[in-house]
Amino acid sequence: MTDWQEDLYRVLKEFEVSQVSYVPDAGHRVLIDMSLADPEVHSVPLTTEEEGIAMLAGAHLGGARGVAAMQSSGIGNCVNMFSLVKNGLFPMLVLVSMRGDFGEGNPWQMPMGQAVEPVMEAMGFITVRIDRPEDVEGAMRAACTMVFKSGQAVGVLLTQKLIGAKAF
Amino acid sequence: MNEAFRAGTAADMSPVGTLDRREAVPALVGNPQDWLIVAGLAGTAKDTAAMCEPEANYFACAGVMGGAVAMGLGLALARPDRSVLVLTGDGELLMNVGSLATVAILNPPNLSIVCVDNGHYGETGYQKSHTSLGVDLAAMASGAGITAVRSVSETHEIEEAGRLLREANGASFVLLKITPDAPPPVIRRSLDAAFAKDRFRTATLPAG
Repeated sequence: MTDWQEDLYRVLKEFEVSQVSYVPDAGHRVLIDMSLADPEVHSVPLTTEEEGIAMLAGAHLGGARGVAAMQSSGIGNCVNMFSLVKNGLFPMLVLVSMRGDFGEGNPWQMPMGQAVEPVMEAMGFITVRIDRPEDVEGAMRAACTMVFKSGQAVGVLLTQKLIGAKAF
Repeated sequence: MNEAFRAGTAADMSPVGTLDRREAVPALVGNPQDWLIVAGLAGTAKDTAAMCEPEANYFACAGVMGGAVAMGLGLALARPDRSVLVLTGDGELLMNVGSLATVAILNPPNLSIVCVDNGHYGETGYQKSHTSLGVDLAAMASGAGITAVRSVSETHEIEEAGRLLREANGASFVLLKITPDAPPPVIRRSLDAAFAKDRFRTATLPAG
């Protein structure tokens, strides 16, 4: 179950990510735990997701690389902060654990879950969906290359086909 | 009929402080070249540009309210070799006051925050902010867990608060209470964040 999450973390390390910010979420549990155990990484719990976007822009000003991990609902909290990414052409890597998607049983999650891709694309992000564990390593490597080599803003969507739909 | 609740936000210049920002901010910051500075929008962006130019050791926002403290945190974690200063206003900080909690739990010793509090939304016509109506951002910083906190409303308090910003063992926070009657310095600056970002990085990142 956790193998793909270990693949994901290994790719982040290959790309020298040193700041991991998050609002806790079950879909990112292994990432969070691995970042907390990693002496080379600043592991930063946020009070709201847009802090992570601003924080990673600051990290780039200081020459460091980071990732913002959040649930799909958090994308809604970030929209205006994405203006900083788009106006400033900041590289930005956002990992989104999806709710309100394939097989969702909580209607409160549906509106934002369905809006994640159009909202991110409207704010200049490239989105990459991952449905299968065996695709995680390659998709993460593609995303990190676009962000850290080509300076792009990329949202990696870890779908409910990958992480499982939460039953209610 | 029940009485309607009301908390004034009409334009009004009633002061929360008496200090003139054009004197108090530079006195508190000291030599601006000692810092990497992230500024919020509007007044503090102008304060910062006026202090730093022609040097490029600052990044000033012109939007994204609520982002300045978190930007400073990411910069401070990335640059443990430098002192990082966030200079922002009461309205900008109120937009994301939770970022003080995030700073407090990390508590980086190279991060200092100054909130220039004029009690008003100066950019939109001087409507009162919550700090004109009793909200104390220094108490909120203390409540978040930042231990090095000062509230400065008199000129003679500036020197000690400036030392605290430079010498605290963890993150520090100074609330600088100024009058809304004295406007920020007049200075032209680019609003192109990509230009500002590249200029900042070119000036401040180590070679190689």
